[in-house]
Amino acid sequence: MKNRIDEVFKNEKKILSIYFSAGHPNLDDTVSVLKNLQKSGVDMIEIGLPFSDPLADGPTIQKSSSKALKNGMTTEKLFKQLEGVREEIDVPLIIMGYFNPMMQYGIDNFCKRCKLIGIDGLIIPDLPVNVYHENYMALFNKYGLYNMFLITPQTSVERIRYIDKISNGFIYMVSNTSITGMKNTFDETQIKYFKRIKSMNLNTPTIIGFGISNTETYNSSVKYSNGAIIGSAFIKFLEEKGVEKTNEFVKSIR
Amino acid sequence: MNYNINKKGYYGYFGGAFIPEMLYPNIAELRENYLKITNDSAFKKEFDELLKSYVGRPTPLFFAKRLSKKYNAKIYLKREDLCHTGAHKVNNTIGQIILAKRLGKNRIIAETGAGQHGVATATVCALMGVECVVYMGELDIKRQAPNVARMKMLGAAVSPVTSGSKTLKDATNEAIRDWINNPLDTHYIIGSVVGPHPYPDMVARFQSVISEEVKSQLKELEGRNYPDYLIACVGGGSNAAGLYYHYLNDVRVKMIAVEAAGKGIKSGKSAATSALGKEGIIHGSKTLLMQTADGQITEPYSISAGLDYPGVGPMHAHLFLTKRAEFISIADQEAMNWGLTLSQMEGIIPAIETAHAFAVLDIKKFKPDEIIVFNCSGRGDKDLETFINYFQL
Repeated sequence: MKNRIDEVFKNEKKILSIYFSAGHPNLDDTVSVLKNLQKSGVDMIEIGLPFSDPLADGPTIQKSSSKALKNGMTTEKLFKQLEGVREEIDVPLIIMGYFNPMMQYGIDNFCKRCKLIGIDGLIIPDLPVNVYHENYMALFNKYGLYNMFLITPQTSVERIRYIDKISNGFIYMVSNTSITGMKNTFDETQIKYFKRIKSMNLNTPTIIGFGISNTETYNSSVKYSNGAIIGSAFIKFLEEKGVEKTNEFVKSIR
Repeated sequence: MNYNINKKGYYGYFGGAFIPEMLYPNIAELRENYLKITNDSAFKKEFDELLKSYVGRPTPLFFAKRLSKKYNAKIYLKREDLCHTGAHKVNNTIGQIILAKRLGKNRIIAETGAGQHGVATATVCALMGVECVVYMGELDIKRQAPNVARMKMLGAAVSPVTSGSKTLKDATNEAIRDWINNPLDTHYIIGSVVGPHPYPDMVARFQSVISEEVKSQLKELEGRNYPDYLIACVGGGSNAAGLYYHYLNDVRVKMIAVEAAGKGIKSGKSAATSALGKEGIIHGSKTLLMQTADGQITEPYSISAGLDYPGVGPMHAHLFLTKRAEFISIADQEAMNWGLTLSQMEGIIPAIETAHAFAVLDIKKFKPDEIIVFNCSGRGDKDLETFINYFQL
């Protein structure tokens, strides 16, 4: 069975993937954000499932996440909003969220709903690789869902090899030892790290995220990896300019 | 049944390390080294020496004569309130600061709710001459001004947390985020038996000095080294973990864990995690926690800031599930009244957290020859303002 994530990496060498928090700025914006992003030509979209305690996220995503919760967003509501989304949206869709809300929904149920809707994969920052490998990989495979893992500048070579071995879709390279948020440029240490990972010739494509906010950081990302993920900068833009102007944001990046 | 942690870092079903990849190297470093370092004889020597000369250990095991008479049992108080800085918290911060030094870390971060753990951390950082940043919710900073001042006097930077509900759970999130951003030079001193493995086990081991002393003190006082009951309050659960530790697998000893019911379990303003919580993940640990049906972590309430944590350490979740410990919840009012009772019957003003534990005497009946050990975990100085307002003193 084909997964849209594989297709997009096969066809496009410079992926632009955009993250946003579902239910933000307004509860019912989710599908309209998706449509606008696709129309603007982004290659892949990560839908953030809001959580009260997003450990790995910086201030912008913390705020959009808690705003979404205040707007009344829940896991069930998100699934309802996404029903039928595949009639209009062709780009790969990934749900990114913390593990606790998925546990409460029931992991099996959660995966089943994702499959029915046409979600291609998940990113769960606080589900460690080994726990996934031992307990959940079979389930994800059953529903044809990919689970993407993060690596950081501190991740050891052995661990990167291990992650590469059990990964599908792509490996999410965290650009820096940091939580999410915007930076204007990459420094020398970061570029060295990008080069090091590139020279490892991993089997799985890589895509760089955290700290990408403009053309410069996007261009360096796609130079050393297969793509870039932008979150905080887009969320800020949405708050300031609104969903309809999405095209403007994407044009400002590439 | 074994109630200790297993090789994979779980207490039965609970525990583990549900952490983002960014924290993996730090947690792995700690996991691979904490037993090696803490079992080293030079470490033990330094730890024991500081507990003795700086903290003031061993703390007395005090026979409470008037309470014993009134409640018709042999009641002992383990006087952790006499520790330097006023509570058991410092046992753990002493251990972790020595560990941090041996790991080559020169910057310490910590979270704090009421400020007790923050003060205990700032204290040991001053002692060792190490930089210290304490994360504290903006709301708690307002509620706990004297402890904020203490931390500042001790040279720590108190960093206000404005995210989420601006209390302990958010301060913990913020400390974890700091650690993600500063993985190389920084050690995170968690204040309770919570967080990802190996923290719950490590903190329990540092606090286990409490039950180690109880064992030898009871032997001397009663001719046997175990009590019939151990009773302690539980927020995250570090003082209870310390009191239980050496008795976990000794089933002659019954354990009672006392949680804060706040304004009542069904009032929506409570911190009784065992009664209200469901299994889930908080701060990197699989445990019982208070949350919405949708898995969003909710804000607990208790009049005592040290008990209003929405989760509970994984060891306690396991003790609850296996019924090894009995969990009882006590409301604000009963706890406050026991603050007065203990003061007037034994001349000991307890912390409000600690006062919760004593309220068990109104609920459970004991036999005259039964030996009961309460963990008198902290003193009430920090709570004077609350007592003053509550009783119009």
